Amino acid sequence: MTSAGPVIPNFGEGSDCVTENRLFCTDWARDNWGGVLQPALVQHVELTAIAVGVGALIALGVALLTHRYPLLERPFGAFSAIVYTIPSLALFQLLVPVTGLTVTTVEVALVGYTLLILYRNALEGLRAAPPDVLEAARGMGLTPRQTLLRIQLPLALPAVIAGLRVAVVSTIALATVAALVIPQGLGYPIFLALREYFKTEIIAAGGLAVALALAADGLLVVVQRALVPWARTRRTA
Amino acid sequence: MRAPRQAVEIVFDHATKRYPGRAVPAVDDLSLRIPAGEICCLVGPSGGGKTTAMKLVNRLVELTSGDVRVDGRSVRSLDETELRRGIGYVIQQVGLFPHLTVAENVATVPRLLRWSKSQVAERVDELLDLVDLPARDYRGRYASQLSGGERQRVGLARALAADPPLMLMDEPFGALDPITRTRLQRELLRIQRELRKTIIFVTHDIDEAILVGDRIAILREGGKLAQYDTPDALLARPGDDFVARFVGADRGIKRLSLKTLAEIELDPLDGVVAPSAPDGTTLRDALSLMLSAGSPRLVVLDGDGGAPRGVLTLERLSELLT
Repeated sequence: MTSAGPVIPNFGEGSDCVTENRLFCTDWARDNWGGVLQPALVQHVELTAIAVGVGALIALGVALLTHRYPLLERPFGAFSAIVYTIPSLALFQLLVPVTGLTVTTVEVALVGYTLLILYRNALEGLRAAPPDVLEAARGMGLTPRQTLLRIQLPLALPAVIAGLRVAVVSTIALATVAALVIPQGLGYPIFLALREYFKTEIIAAGGLAVALALAADGLLVVVQRALVPWARTRRTA
Repeated sequence: MRAPRQAVEIVFDHATKRYPGRAVPAVDDLSLRIPAGEICCLVGPSGGGKTTAMKLVNRLVELTSGDVRVDGRSVRSLDETELRRGIGYVIQQVGLFPHLTVAENVATVPRLLRWSKSQVAERVDELLDLVDLPARDYRGRYASQLSGGERQRVGLARALAADPPLMLMDEPFGALDPITRTRLQRELLRIQRELRKTIIFVTHDIDEAILVGDRIAILREGGKLAQYDTPDALLARPGDDFVARFVGADRGIKRLSLKTLAEIELDPLDGVVAPSAPDGTTLRDALSLMLSAGSPRLVVLDGDGGAPRGVLTLERLSELLT
């Protein structure tokens, strides 16, 4: 199935730690970093980045449509909420007959789960511009398009980034389940290690997923600070 | 620095605004002429249509019938975006763009008009100086870092940025505390002495209208014009009971606040001994001084602490009001 498959512990050659399947064997993690853990981590980042990226584009586009035509809010809101409630295993089952055991199946599902949070936050963000700000913009001769680009979209950033943080963290967690469909991501070593109940590999891959989530969240906080400088500075008395 | 643009005349010509489904028009057959370079205050009770009347000028509200002409041209014939970019707009809640710095806020319209970067930067500093916010300290701040008074100063600078010949101000100082409000009213008058814009100034506060306006239009419920006159004429000769009630029973006293001691004829000194006041004092404050000192006479000084110029008597004050 894949060339970069995990190393099933060879109890004959492994260290005592591995042979006895102790809680965590540093030597195994070190030896299998390049062969197992690192590729899985990179794949996991890719799966997440594509899912959140595509999800964000769709959500923002739909939010812009909804903002323009408020009648669409109910159907779009209901659709994304329903997708969100489908259990991930069931959703994979539904998609496999259509898209097969492919990355597409995984991404379609992951994108679906990001939509609810990203769409709601993008819409809330677009509505964040206070009425007096919009009136001033109109009175000064900004066209509706200029108001959207220069005022409403920048003011939507805090809510959009808050949505991205939740979506990224939950997608990183959810993407481990992708191993049921394709041999990729941090879920795959966990999936294989579960057969032998090889603790080190489960903890290493699981720990990496947690670390990745924390790092991504931290990165977005930094991005938010850079892009939303006006929210950082409160009035100095 | 460019020469300030010539102010323009504004004419309301049977201007009417009806909202569908409402029996009473918001603005009813309003006709008045605001001469170039003057401040016209629109005052009246809520429901009098003063804000609606003002918004007819920049077409935030569209006319139902009649016309509004700016510099002889009907607003209906102008592109609304261009029209608005040529009109300074100041509102009570200011509406500063929270994600932009003070400098970027002020630069909004010049940028829309595609001024060069250096022109914009120069203009921003000039305007911040004009509204008494040192550019060096304030340029980079956000609205959240400003007090209410500072925000409205920035709002004023932003409205003046492209040097529009006409300004619309909708209760600009209504949300400020009394001390800040008085300071900003005086600053507006100082700036107006320099710039000579045509300004439509909406307020519900008759005292503010008397202080700020060259002319005052009083609107009553249903958007009808009750009276349009100078503050002095309005206080001296209210046209009907509604106007008389609106300007207040103390309109005589209010009239006294329109003039200072320097502007009236005084009686000779003749060695009178009485309390004294500088000639920059309003007649109203002078009267208050005389009443509280229990003196029927007041010695008027040439400037603060200068030589005595003459004597004001209670008789003279009451002559001025009749």
